[in-house]
Amino acid sequence: MQNKQSSSIRTVVATGIGAAVIFVLMKFVAIPTGVPNTQFNVAEGFLALLGAIFGPVAAGLAVFIGHALNDFVTYGSPWWTWVVVDGLIGVAFGFAKNRLKIEDGVLGVGKLVWFNLYQIVVNFIGWVLLAPMGDIIIYHEPNTKVFLQGIVTWLVNSASVAIIGTILLVLYARTRTQRGSLKKER
Amino acid sequence: MTAPLISFKDFSFQYNSQTEPTLRHLNLDIYPGEKVLIAGPSGSGKSTLGRCLNGLIPQSYPGKLTGQAVINGHDISHSSIFELSMDVGTVLQDPDSQFVGLTVVEDMAFSLENDQQTQPAMQQATAKWAQTLDLNQLLTHRPQELSGGQKQRVSMAGVLIDNSKILLFDEPLASLDPASGKASMALIDQLTHTEDLTVVIIEHRIEDVLQQPIDRLIVMQDGAIVANDRPETILRQSLMAQLGLREPLYLSALKLAGVDLDDCTHLDSLAALTVPNLTTTLQQWTAGVTLNTPTVHADPLLQITDLNFGYSPDKPIIKDLSVTLNRGEMISLVGQNGTGKSTLSNLITGFLTPQSGALTFNGKSLADQSVKERADHIGYILQDPNQMLSKTLIYDEVAAGLTLRGVAADEIEERVLATLKVCGLYEFRHWPISALSFGQKKRVTIAAILVLRPEMIILDEPTAGQDLQHYTEMMNFLTQLNRDQAITIMLITHDMHLMLEYTDRTIVLGGGNILMDAAPADVLTNETIIDQASLAKTSLYTLAEQHQLNPTEFVAKFVQAEREAR
Amino acid sequence: MNNQLLIGYDDRHTFLNRLSGSTKLLCFVGLSIIGMMTYDTRYLIGIMIFSLIVFHFSKIKYRDVKFVVNVIIGFSVLNLVMVYVFAPHYGVSIYGTEHLLLGSANHYFNLTTEQLFYEFNLLLKYTFAVPLALIFLMTTNPSEFAASLNKIGISYRVSYSVAIALRYIPDVQNDYRTISLAQQARGFEMSKKANFMTRIRGGVQILLPLIFSSLDRIEVISQAMELRRFGKGKKRTWYMAQKFQRNDYLALAIVALLIIIGIALFKVNGGRFWNPFKI
Ligand SMILES: Nc1ncnc2c1ncn2[C@@H]1O[C@H](COP(=O)(O)OP(=O)(O)OP(=O)(O)O)[C@@H](O)[C@H]1O
Ligand SMILES: Nc1ncnc2c1ncn2[C@@H]1O[C@H](COP(=O)(O)OP(=O)(O)OP(=O)(O)O)[C@@H](O)[C@H]1O
Ligand SMILES: [Mg+2]
Ligand SMILES: [Mg+2]
Repeated sequence: MQNKQSSSIRTVVATGIGAAVIFVLMKFVAIPTGVPNTQFNVAEGFLALLGAIFGPVAAGLAVFIGHALNDFVTYGSPWWTWVVVDGLIGVAFGFAKNRLKIEDGVLGVGKLVWFNLYQIVVNFIGWVLLAPMGDIIIYHEPNTKVFLQGIVTWLVNSASVAIIGTILLVLYARTRTQRGSLKKER
Repeated sequence: MTAPLISFKDFSFQYNSQTEPTLRHLNLDIYPGEKVLIAGPSGSGKSTLGRCLNGLIPQSYPGKLTGQAVINGHDISHSSIFELSMDVGTVLQDPDSQFVGLTVVEDMAFSLENDQQTQPAMQQATAKWAQTLDLNQLLTHRPQELSGGQKQRVSMAGVLIDNSKILLFDEPLASLDPASGKASMALIDQLTHTEDLTVVIIEHRIEDVLQQPIDRLIVMQDGAIVANDRPETILRQSLMAQLGLREPLYLSALKLAGVDLDDCTHLDSLAALTVPNLTTTLQQWTAGVTLNTPTVHADPLLQITDLNFGYSPDKPIIKDLSVTLNRGEMISLVGQNGTGKSTLSNLITGFLTPQSGALTFNGKSLADQSVKERADHIGYILQDPNQMLSKTLIYDEVAAGLTLRGVAADEIEERVLATLKVCGLYEFRHWPISALSFGQKKRVTIAAILVLRPEMIILDEPTAGQDLQHYTEMMNFLTQLNRDQAITIMLITHDMHLMLEYTDRTIVLGGGNILMDAAPADVLTNETIIDQASLAKTSLYTLAEQHQLNPTEFVAKFVQAEREAR
Repeated sequence: MNNQLLIGYDDRHTFLNRLSGSTKLLCFVGLSIIGMMTYDTRYLIGIMIFSLIVFHFSKIKYRDVKFVVNVIIGFSVLNLVMVYVFAPHYGVSIYGTEHLLLGSANHYFNLTTEQLFYEFNLLLKYTFAVPLALIFLMTTNPSEFAASLNKIGISYRVSYSVAIALRYIPDVQNDYRTISLAQQARGFEMSKKANFMTRIRGGVQILLPLIFSSLDRIEVISQAMELRRFGKGKKRTWYMAQKFQRNDYLALAIVALLIIIGIALFKVNGGRFWNPFKI
């Protein structure tokens, strides 16, 4: 594959562009769920793809930067606990890279099922355990409120990854051309 | 003789995903101080060869490499891109992605920052190059605020600042207006002398590159070098025409007039060209051709009245613009980079909403029609193909619009395949779009709109980066649609000959309004307009003027004769 | 789309503009962390007043930030209501006393002074950093931002990622708009008439070109950067970096003092809360 040098530059660029895309998706294509501060985030689906292609560092940092910038311009200051949790989830999605091997262009049902179970667990740990815990410890918000927000976020984010993330993964894998497969047909 | 700076010996390269090599058995030497033009049909491997020069192959594009390629003493298979980048400065085809800095001056300093130079050193270098390339007014501008030509200059500055001895340009002219294109070529030529550079240019617009002297012309086809000589020799043998490339227009005119190229000297430069009795020959030829009377179109289709628009209120782009387009017309919209040609088409198609003014199509107001409703009548092909492609496979992409409109499956197949043939994509129909070159992608988007057969089509720079053969096929198809079905076609273009050859009306946009609305040939005889709108005369005009012929008449006759010959 | 919305940076020629980006970043992060931790009302009000004064000096016009401020107020009110709905007695449990204002003690929905006071604290916490954030956003040249991150110890690669994000957000934003229009022009139905799944599918259709062209962009930009030797050394210099000057040290000293006061208050209050009801 590519040499080490190129791939580390690719990680830097993927982080930057990834963050820009996540920012734009969070800002313009989020569907509110009705519970304050929780929304059906298309960006989470994209995050799954970003992780599968570029790995934990790029995905984690990209969502951290994109989410923080978005909070900055919409709420005035980032809600750090959630930003950090989102970053960790990006890292976790990035760890799926080696298992999915999406660059090879084949993504069977088995891998997809595994990935979706994995992402549901990851989202659960992130949104139902870590994020509310952080809110309670750091912001001292009431338990019931933060857990409700957490559970709703867990559900919508898992759904976003399950629907949009899966579609993106499958379509991306399909664009990966396999070795020696292109031939003109007369 | 000095040793070559760039040397390929029996060099072949095959991308990992391909079944056949993209470059085959290349043998090529380029010497210090040479200025080389690489031409060839789209997909012939020009950019691939460029990637070998700067080391992206094999470092970033894995594949199978045989033979040897040495750049300034470095064998590309063992050198890092960093090492080679000290020797070869690359200006990429797409200035938008080359521009990585947040502002012009940062982008210029980018490679110096990476070399860990001090701030004073960087300030000195950027000041020097800003001066040379006339960028002083723009230093703090963001890329979004620059026109195509300005971005191109910034890219050049960012590369020249390295003092590398070899410069590689991949299609530098593709999106520049004619005047900026001319200026860029003159600038490159000047730098070749003052900075002692070796320059490699990959370009389809051969006539524009040849306006400045070129030492060597290399023609590629199917991954092999088919000609490698002084331009004059290649032009004399008419190799370009045989390979389906466009040769300089004055040359085609000489041939049409029956001049024997063997009698001519300095074929590669119109200014120095000498041909015995050329004036008489040309005058005789002109007298012998009678012009067909142009058809008149008077059935209004799209009426624009007092249109006003600006992205921000204090900077209007379109000011009180009124114009009527008639059914069955073939119109060209021309003007300087950044005057608002794309903006105007976005207003027509509903992508943007005007601040004031009215649009009517077929007598009905467009104001209350959505983007989708307008699109049923007006097909719009955007400048950047990547913004339109939504499927992974070519066939699906072209079929998408028909599927959404509920057309029967067998009709879809028939129409899609027919359109793919016209656009020269039939062979690739089952390929993923990601494996195509820029020119090929552009054709996919054109096919995807053509297949819907709208009443009016707007094409934003359809021929940018296309070779003559594909360009001709596509334009002929458009002409046919235009004639047989009275489909109104508006082309936005920087190609003056395309405008002359295929359109019967030219609208010149400038300063937010219409500078001129006339027959294409008349536009190019108006020096003031040429100047104001950054247009340029083609070599046919110069030829006609040199020989006391009426340029408008001469060009019209040339176009007609060439069309009949096809 | 308004590119200025993201970073409404403009050189307003104030001392805040002349401060180095690193200073402003450190000050902002320091104050927002201490403000996040503390529940000392006096302290929060103090910082709020301090930041409003600084905001006044920044010469930022209110109408430039009106929209953001309205969004923040809306968001805060929603959250406060939600906290009340889910935990109307939370203030009582924190402060240990109960002063009823409305309703009776055994009703779920009653209103106590403690609850009001707790929610007032929350409101302060949601909003105290806003003037600071706005100052930071609107007086820091985005070009200098990456250099500042690098200066405070973040690796230059990560810092440059942030620069790339700032560089390409306007482009991605424009792309998103254009692509969604181009897809609608092809006939994708995105209106409310279509059902949820169709809309999601339509949404994905719009996303695809955006995402795939962004992935292409990653390739091309990495190449462009590599051809210009990004990542060659262990360090890199920055054209836009600013040297620390007297005012920078002064600003850092003031903020350090504020932070120390905040920490001292933890000791004085015996915890993160200041409890006026106990006295
Ligand atoms: N990264 C790649 N992977 C696989 N095949 C590729 C890749 N890049 C180019 N090709 C193939 O190599 C051939 C030559 O492409 P190249 O881009 O060099 O053409 P070109 O002469 O520059 O064309 P154009 O004038 O359209 O830019 C094309 O058929 C293309 O499909
Ligand atoms: N989204 C936008 N926001 C702000 N300004 C814009 C935007 N798009 C274009 N502009 C500005 O509007 C002007 C007209 O741009 P437009 O793209 O219409 O030019 P054009 O005539 O199509 O140029 P070219 O020949 O280079 O394609 C330019 O000065 C450009 O900088
Ligand atoms: Mg090319
Ligand atoms: Mg344009």
